[in-house]
Amino acid sequence: MHKLYLFLKYSFVTLWTMFVVAPFLWALSTSFKDFQSVTSKVTYIPWVDFEPSLEGWRVLVKSPARGGVDIVEPYFNSIFVTCTASFVSIVLGTLAAYALSRYTFKAGFVRNNDITFFFISQRIMPPIVLSIPFFIFLSTLGLLDSLPGLILVYIVLLMPIAVWIMVDFFNRVPKEIDETALVDGCNPYQAFYKVVLPNSIPGLIVAGMFCIIFGWIDFFFAFILTFTEVQLLPVKIVALNSSVTPWWSLSASALVSVAPLIIVAFVVERYLSKGNLSGALK
Amino acid sequence: MNFKHKFVFLLPGLVVLIGILIFPIVFTVRLSLSGWNSFNPELNFIGITNYIRLFTDDPRFWEAFFRLSFLSVTTVILQYVIGFALALMVWRDIMFKRFFRVIFLIPMMTTPVIMTVIWRTFFHESLGPVNDILGNFGVTPLWLSNPATAKITVIIVEVWQWTPFMFLLLLAGLLSLPKEPFLAAAIDGASAFRKFVYVTFPLMAPISIGAIIIRLIEASKIMDTVFVMTSGGPGTATETSSFYIYIKGLREFQMGYAATMSFTYLIIMIISLTIIAKVLTKLMIKE
Repeated sequence: MHKLYLFLKYSFVTLWTMFVVAPFLWALSTSFKDFQSVTSKVTYIPWVDFEPSLEGWRVLVKSPARGGVDIVEPYFNSIFVTCTASFVSIVLGTLAAYALSRYTFKAGFVRNNDITFFFISQRIMPPIVLSIPFFIFLSTLGLLDSLPGLILVYIVLLMPIAVWIMVDFFNRVPKEIDETALVDGCNPYQAFYKVVLPNSIPGLIVAGMFCIIFGWIDFFFAFILTFTEVQLLPVKIVALNSSVTPWWSLSASALVSVAPLIIVAFVVERYLSKGNLSGALK
Repeated sequence: MNFKHKFVFLLPGLVVLIGILIFPIVFTVRLSLSGWNSFNPELNFIGITNYIRLFTDDPRFWEAFFRLSFLSVTTVILQYVIGFALALMVWRDIMFKRFFRVIFLIPMMTTPVIMTVIWRTFFHESLGPVNDILGNFGVTPLWLSNPATAKITVIIVEVWQWTPFMFLLLLAGLLSLPKEPFLAAAIDGASAFRKFVYVTFPLMAPISIGAIIIRLIEASKIMDTVFVMTSGGPGTATETSSFYIYIKGLREFQMGYAATMSFTYLIIMIISLTIIAKVLTKLMIKE
């Protein structure tokens, strides 16, 4: 009975691992193919099934004028937009979360929980509902097709995540810490900055990682709100898909674009195993 | 600790969020009462004409909505079952525990549209590996061009992409459970199955509800996958509400009508998610 259970357990885990890894292996193999080995028949292993070529990787750094796919600029745009929006969201979200965790708010029937819910509920908003008015809003401000415009929109996407994680986190940081600091003569801002923040670094890292994930993987807003001046990575890569598809450069660019966030998976796992995530994600 | 300071902490975030959102929301409502389209791009006032059209004369919107409900509920149930199973398996002792945990997390870190582009080549009907392998057994399903299988393909990709999120929330929950109930169950000599039914599952109920609601919220926005994988096709077989609104609004530029649909869609989402949250809480927490 126990052996059967172990067998089932390991089979299930192994099967799922294969399912998770399959598209990556396929993309890796495809990125070394050329026209012949993609279109003649389905091939898998380099040297055995087909003669590998580096063409798919080379075009990534070539300029478009010479037939390349320039993903360097979109790459930096993506990094810049994601990091700036995440940073702003974390700063504003952490301050708000601290207020909601430590002070009592009362205005009519509105209580702390209602304000917290208001923040978090912004995630319910389907992107399409926001995209049409944002399109008009940003064009009125002259921010359509620009980095600041995108950052503004991403703040709305990311701040709810920061508030959600940080409220729960602060709720578990003992109140005595701030009270001691206040008794010792700090004003509330110093208490927050010098005492509470240094004790909240795990929470900040978790919140930061989630903001970066959800910022980095967004496609829809970047697709609707930018055209030619500014391009983000996902839009650029999906655009490759529409023409006569060169599967090799498509696969190579896809791998390059998902690579940085895979490092995040290792960080998340570390915090998970140390138990820091347990409270933060409830 | 009850001074003005609290507003200094709260207001920057609140004001920025409301400041960015107030215009889009008010404008959507106003736009939904206008006949703004590409011939006539102005905010005229046509009353509730658009709403009448939506409720009496647009079956395609409602079909897209039911399709969306079907897709998101199916994917979330699958994600919950698989995610919970995976979390239970790497919760305690297993070889290469941390390796498996990292692997199980990876898909949610990847950009859905970009992975969908890869999945498209993976499920390609003549040049993809899936049909190449299945071909040996004499079956080559039309993954993208048959209305029924196209839905399955979308579900497979969504499950691949987002089961990790469910897994993460549930594993974090499992790791935070108190030890005492498990010790008590072990002393009573409860079997693994009974332990799960009477201890683990009830303790995990609140976390499960939270995770399911969060995933339902995110799943109800299914758009990226559909957009790249099938463009709503074949025909309208995988068209979801968001995608239909996108076509009406930003391809056909019937902005007024698209705003009507957006607003209706948002209201339905809020109401149905509230109901689902209430029902789930009743079902899973019996006391």
